[in-house]
Parts: sequence; structure tokens; C-alpha cells
Amino acid sequence: MSESRQPEAPEDDWREQYWKRNLRLMVGLLVVWFAVSFGAGILFVEQLNEIVIADFPLGFWFAQQGAIYTFVVLILIYALRMDRLDAEFGVDERDAEGKRL
Amino acid sequence: MSAIQFWTTIFIVISFAVYIYIAWRSRVKETAGFYVAGQGIPTVANGAAVAADWMSAASFISMAGLIAFLGYDGAIYLMGWTGGYVLLALLLAPYLRKWGKFTVPEFVGDRYSELVRTIAAGAAILISFTYVVGQMRGGGIVFSRFLNLPVAGGVAVAAAIIFTYAVLGGMKGITWTQVAQYTVLIVAYLIPAFAIAQTITGFPIPQISFGSVLAELNALSIEFGLDSYTEPFTARPQIDVFLVTMSLMIGTAGLPHVIIRFYTTKSVRGARYSAFWALLFISLLYSTAPAVGAFAKFNILDGVGGTAATELPDWVDSWEATGLVIVNPEAETIESISNNPDDGADLTVDNDILVLANPEIAGLPAPVVGLVAAGGMAAAMSTAAGLLLVISSSASHDFYFRRIKKGHASESEKLLVGRLAMAGAVVIAVIGGINPPAFVAQVVAFAFGLGAASFFPTLVLGIFWKRCNAKGAAAGMSAGLVFTATYMIWSLYISPGSTVFDISPEGIGTIGALVNFAVAIIVSKSTEPPPEDLMELVENMRYPAVTRRDVRPASPTKDQAPNTELGGA
Repeated sequence: MSESRQPEAPEDDWREQYWKRNLRLMVGLLVVWFAVSFGAGILFVEQLNEIVIADFPLGFWFAQQGAIYTFVVLILIYALRMDRLDAEFGVDERDAEGKRL
Repeated sequence: MSAIQFWTTIFIVISFAVYIYIAWRSRVKETAGFYVAGQGIPTVANGAAVAADWMSAASFISMAGLIAFLGYDGAIYLMGWTGGYVLLALLLAPYLRKWGKFTVPEFVGDRYSELVRTIAAGAAILISFTYVVGQMRGGGIVFSRFLNLPVAGGVAVAAAIIFTYAVLGGMKGITWTQVAQYTVLIVAYLIPAFAIAQTITGFPIPQISFGSVLAELNALSIEFGLDSYTEPFTARPQIDVFLVTMSLMIGTAGLPHVIIRFYTTKSVRGARYSAFWALLFISLLYSTAPAVGAFAKFNILDGVGGTAATELPDWVDSWEATGLVIVNPEAETIESISNNPDDGADLTVDNDILVLANPEIAGLPAPVVGLVAAGGMAAAMSTAAGLLLVISSSASHDFYFRRIKKGHASESEKLLVGRLAMAGAVVIAVIGGINPPAFVAQVVAFAFGLGAASFFPTLVLGIFWKRCNAKGAAAGMSAGLVFTATYMIWSLYISPGSTVFDISPEGIGTIGALVNFAVAIIVSKSTEPPPEDLMELVENMRYPAVTRRDVRPASPTKDQAPNTELGGA
């Protein structure tokens, strides 16, 4: 939990921290997004095609299979990590009984 | 009536009856239900609805065939039409859901100005119309090919069904119908794919087993005068593959009929998980399509290539009747194969038949062929319905109420106008579907470039850069649109085939988006910042909850802690 947030900390301090952590997560995931699709699938496809795994040239596999699977996982990681971040900063949405929406 | 016609009729009638029944069960009485399904759709269901909305007749029928003939370069569609969901989930969906309005133009109208709202509403209607005409046409072709109805009759029947459930149920009816349509289309896609993988490789999971035909496919392709299948950049140069993929990705994230789906979830968190479920469901089809493409090409080259024209397999004969498979009358043995009739190859195979002919090629029984036809219809109808809703909501909500009635209207009047706009949109779509303007096929592909150059930068800046103001957004959006459209028109019509730095008209949207970003930033910086209260609204978009719970370590349990107003002020 956030020990840094003392009661005397300025009112808006948490906003900056929350947003910074959100952006850091987002940028990290977008780097992976770019690396698998544009990196492995397009820019370095010829080099990676020299490697053949389970009959698939690796660059070709990233372009037609691997990138798609990675995208799905990236969104899942984002949703799960944001759940934790929201709860930590108390900005998660809850109904009248305190259940998560 | 042949066995195939019989089973097609059965599957189409049953699936249509289910759609109508669902629409009747979920009919709505208030505008929130009509436009955003009362924001009460569970995330998994919403994900399935997004997937059905997204995957059009083109994804279902044409994509695998396109990949079969493009080889590696088909990856532009595979990555381009899935990678956009990462951008959507991380950059747009949760924030737009927090803003909580009915339409995309409504967000830019509130965030920027009425002028930007009008540009956005116009762009949303234009993009959606070019799209919906293609869907109507696709649905009509399935009807005419499998049931021997005239295309016009097929289009009219498909439109009547969509009209019934869209007008009755609005977004709620459309969403639940799309869940059913996703189920139909994915089952119809996967069964023949698994069967064909089993037949060719002896292992039923196509995503894994299509690797084993690649080496042979490369050898066969070269033998028949085609490019090596896994060799990159045979159809487009590397820079163009990069730019087209990027343009399709950011275009996807900027398409109004996709974004609007994230307004229907219960919460901001629901919007994030909806994006996950949507892409998971989409990836089932998109990871299968390249396998189907490779198997189909292997089948054609291995089964047809080199055989005498008189001894071709049965499926060639049965599809020759449709005009989509053409055997050159002068050919004695098949020595060259193409997907373009102008090439004059011994055998010409249209992209569109690969998926539809797959069950026959794999020797599956007639009921499976009927199921595939129903799947193609589901793909066309679900996308058309989502697009019609965008047209109707943009016309009634953004133009009629905001501009003409200045926001003064009763609930029942709003609902009536929404339904009338939907009816008008259906009528125009039917006319367009029966007599498609010649440029439609091209325009659909370019709608992505225009979406990329207009909506995406404006939305991202509106969310992530508080300083971005109305003048900047209007200038950026206009500059992006004008730049992109000019290049497309120049490269396609004025000086056909000419490009700058090998950038095709499909890829120019990426540059258009950069132009939009640059102009918006420069103009915003050199004009006055947006008002304080608006910046605070944008700030609030960042935090999912309306009120913040006190989470200081001192408080014993979270739920008993007093609530503090979000943002303090």
C-alpha cells in the first residue's frame, strides 16, 4: 500500500501518483505491442524467418499468429493491473453494498 | 431443391427466428436503452457483441482467401484489425465510458465545441454508410448464391430482419442479437477449419497444424509461378506494410461503431474487460483465418495444379457455375493459378469462395455448408445493425436534438426520432446495397484511413492532453481529413498508381494521423487554453469512481471509510 501518502500530503497528491502509475503501465504495454507486431512481425521479419520453430518461420509466425495472441494477453494484463491500482487508490467503482461493479 | 439449398434454408430460417425472438424479449421503452442498452450489458456478452459487430462479411467470407493469395503480406489485415483493440483498451474505451454519453460526436462536442461535434457527426455518418452498403451487399450475395434468390430480394429480406430488431430493441436488442450472431458465425467458421486441418495434416487444431504445410506450400507456389508463401514483402514494400498495418490499427480504434460499444457496459472496469473479451473472441477467428488460407491454397495447388482440365475435382465444377471459379477454356492442364481474372491464368479462383467452398473441399456434408451460409449472414447482419445504430444516433441525437432542437425534447419524442432515423438509414442502405456505387469496394478500405486521420488523434488528445482546445481539435481534424483524402484521390484517380515513397493510399492514414496530431498541438499551443472547469472535467475522466474512498493506511476497513469528493474541489 501507499506509505508515501501522509495525511498532511496535499489534497491532489494522489491524483498525480495514480496517473503516473497508469501511464507507466500503459507505456510498458504499448512498447510490447509495438515490439511484437511492428518489430518482430514487420521490421525484423526477414532475420527472424531464419529461425524455424515447429515448422513455422518465426517472423511469419509472429505476423500471422504470435502478435494476435500477445494483443489479447496485453489487454488482460492491463485490466487486471488497473483493478489493483484502482483499489489501491480508492477510485474503484462499487455499488451500494460495496461490491465491485 | 438441392441438399445444400435445403440445409441453407433450414439454418437461415432458424437463426433468423432466434434473432427476432431475442429482439422481442429485449425491446426498449426509453432512450438510454435505445442508444446505450441502459448501460447494463455484462462484460462477456458485450465482448461477444463487439466481436460480431466488428467481424463483417469481409472478415468472414473474404479474409482467408485474401491471405491465401497474399501469403505473409496478408498479415497487414491480421495484425491491423486486432492490434487496434490494444489502443482502444488502453487509450480510449475506459475514459470515454467514464465521460458517459451516448455517441462519439457527443464526447468531442462536450470536450471541444459544437463545430467539432458537427464535423465528427458528419464523418461518423459518412464512414458508417460506406461500410453498411458493403454489408448489405454481402448478405444479399449469400442469399442469392445459396438460395438462388435475386440479389435485390436477398438484400431486402436481410434489411427487413435487421429493421425489425434494431427498431424494436435499439442498442439493447442489437447487442443481445449480436451475441447470438457471434455464436453462429464462430461455430460456422471453426467446424470446417478443424475438419480441413484434420484431413490435410491429421491434427485438428488449425493454428498449430498449418505450419506443417508451409514448406511444401512455398515449393508449390514457386512451381506455379506465384510468390513464396512465407516470403515477406512480395505484395507491398516493407514501409507500406508498416504504414498500412498502423493505419488499420488506429483506424480500428477510431471507428465510431466500435467505440460506441464501450458505452454500453456497467462501469469503466467493465469497458476494460469488454475490450479483453472482444479481442479474445475476435482472435478465435483471426488466428484461424491464416490457417484456412494456407490450407485452401495448398488444396488448390496440390489438388488442382498440374491436373488435366477434364479431370478437375468436383468442387471446381460446382463453383464454376457461380462464375467465381473460371477454368481457361484453352488450358489442357492447369499450370498457372491466379485470383485475378485479368491475369489470364489457366485457373482463376475468386478470394471470396475459399471459406464458402471449404466444407466441400474438405468433403463435409451439406448441413455444414448450410451452417457456413448462416454464419456469413450473421457476420453481415450483425455489422450492419451496429452501423445503422451509429447512423441513427448521430443523425437523431447529434444533429436533430443538439443543432435543431437545441436539446429541448421529451423522452418519447427522442425515441420516436431515433426510430425514424433508423428506418431512414435502413431504406438508404437497401438502395445502396442493391445498386452499390462503383467506388464502394474501394471506399470501405479507405474508411479506415479516414478514421485514423480524423477520430483517433482528436480523441487521444482530448483525453490525455488537457491543454488541447477546440480550435486545435477542429484544425487538426480538418487537416488530417483533407491531407488523407487528397492523397487518396490523387493516387487513385488523378494520377492512378503513383505514390510518394511507396506509400499506398491504404497506408496514408498513418501520415494523416501524424498531421492531425501536429496541427492540433501547434494550433492549441498558440491559442488560449480551454476553460478551467472543462480541464477539471477532463481530469475527472481519469478516475473510474465518482467518489473516492479514503484508503489511508490508518482506516481499519475500506468500506466504512468516509467518501471524499473526487478531485477534492
